Amino acid sequence: MVSVRGLQKWFGPLHVLKDVDLTVAAGEVVVVIGPSGSGKSTLCRCLNRLEVAGAGTIEIDGEPLPAEGRKLARLRADVGMVFQSFNLFGHRTVLDNVTLGPVRVRRVPKAEAREQALALLDRVGIADKADHYPAQLSGGQQQRAAIARALAMRPKVLLFDEPTSALDPEMVNEVLDVMVSLAAEGMTMIVVTHEMGFARRAADRVVFMDDGRIVESGTPDEFFAAPRTDRARDFLSKILQH
Amino acid sequence: MDALTGHLGEFGHGLVTTVHMTVVTTIGALLLGVIVATLRICPVPLLRGVGTVYVEVLQNLPLLALLVLFVFALPTIGITFPLFTSAAIVISAYEGAYLAEAIRAGINTVGVGQAEAARAIGLTFSQSLRYVILPQGLRAVIQPMGTICIALLMNTSLAAAVGVVELTQAANNVNLVEAQPIAVFTGAGLAYMLLALLISRITGALERRFAIVR
Repeated sequence: MVSVRGLQKWFGPLHVLKDVDLTVAAGEVVVVIGPSGSGKSTLCRCLNRLEVAGAGTIEIDGEPLPAEGRKLARLRADVGMVFQSFNLFGHRTVLDNVTLGPVRVRRVPKAEAREQALALLDRVGIADKADHYPAQLSGGQQQRAAIARALAMRPKVLLFDEPTSALDPEMVNEVLDVMVSLAAEGMTMIVVTHEMGFARRAADRVVFMDDGRIVESGTPDEFFAAPRTDRARDFLSKILQH
Repeated sequence: MDALTGHLGEFGHGLVTTVHMTVVTTIGALLLGVIVATLRICPVPLLRGVGTVYVEVLQNLPLLALLVLFVFALPTIGITFPLFTSAAIVISAYEGAYLAEAIRAGINTVGVGQAEAARAIGLTFSQSLRYVILPQGLRAVIQPMGTICIALLMNTSLAAAVGVVELTQAANNVNLVEAQPIAVFTGAGLAYMLLALLISRITGALERRFAIVR
C-alpha cells in the first residue's frame, strides 16, 4: 500500500532522513517509534507531501506521489492524517469539520455526508458533540473528531503523527481505543507515537528510528522482548523502566 | 441654521451620492482586497509579485493624485468613464490595497496547522483558502477592515476634486451661495460622523456575529 525507497530529507544543512526504506502492506499497522528528532514525524509528513522529500521515491497504492497540484490533492484525499495538535477547523462545528472533505472533495451530497458524519462521530463516541465548536471540546474529544474527519474521506491509509502527545494522560486511552478498533478492522495505519502499550496491542510491526535512519524493525513481541540493536535496547531501557 | 434648512435638496443629493459611492467602493475594495491578499500569499512567485507591486504602487501614491491622473490622463488615450464611475474605480483600487494588507495580516493569524489539515483532506489551494483560511482570517480583522471602510467614507470627499457632487462638494456649493462656512460644514461634518458611526456599529455587530468560539 505504501512503499518508500531511498528517502532523503534535509532541513537546510540538517540531514533528517537518511536513505529510509519502508513498505507497508494493505491492512498492516506499523508503529514508528524513536527518540525526539529521529525523523519519525518528518517521515510521516513526507508520505502525504506535507514535507517534500529531498530524494527517493514514495508510492501510495502503486502510484508515485505527484508534485503539487490537483493530482496531489486527489492523492491526499486517499491518505488520511491525524495531527498531534488536532488542527480542527476552528470556525466550523464538529459536524461541519467532518463533512467538509466529503462534500467539497468527494462531491457527496450534503444530506448523505451529514448522515455518514454522524455515524462516524457516533463511532468515535462524540455524536452528542456534533454541533459544538472544537474549542468547546476536550483534547481527547477533539482528537476523536479529527479521526472522524480523516475517516470520512474513506482513506486507503491513515497516518497518525503523535496523536496522543498533546493530550492529558486521562484522555490518551479514549483516543487509543478508537485507534485499536480501527486497527482491528483492517485499516492500514502508520502511527508515530510514544505509546508503547498501543504498539504492543495493535501493531503488526514496530519500526525503530534513530538519527534519521530505520535502525530496527520487527513484530512488537520480538522488538520489545529482544531488541537486536544496542540503540534500541538503550532506548527501551530508558522508557520502559518506569 | 437657514443655510442648512434652506438647501436640504442639495445636501440630500450630496448625501445620497456619498452613500452610493461608499457602498459601491466598499464592495469593490473588499473584492480587490481579498484577491490581492490571496495573490500575495499564493505559491506562484509571479502572482505574488503582482500582488506586491499592486499594494506598493497604490499605497504609496496620494489618492488625490491617483484621481486626477485617472480622470485627466485616461481620456488622452481615448478612455473615458462618467466622473462617478472614475472616482469609484480609483477609490476602490486605492482602498483595496489597504484592505489587502489588513486581510493578509488576518490570514497570517490562521495557524499553519489549519492549512495543513485542509490540504491533508484533499482540498486544493483555492478550496483551502475559501473554506478554511479566509473565513478565519477575515474574522480576525473585521475591526481594522471597518476602520479602513470609515477612511474610505472620508476619502470619497476627494471625488469632489474631479467634479463629483457628493456631500462635501454639495456643502461647498451651498457655502458659495450662503457664505456661512461654519454652519454648512458643521452640518456636513455631522452627516459624515453619523455615517461613520453607522459603519462602526455594523462592524461591531459583524464581529459579534462571526466571533470564533475559542
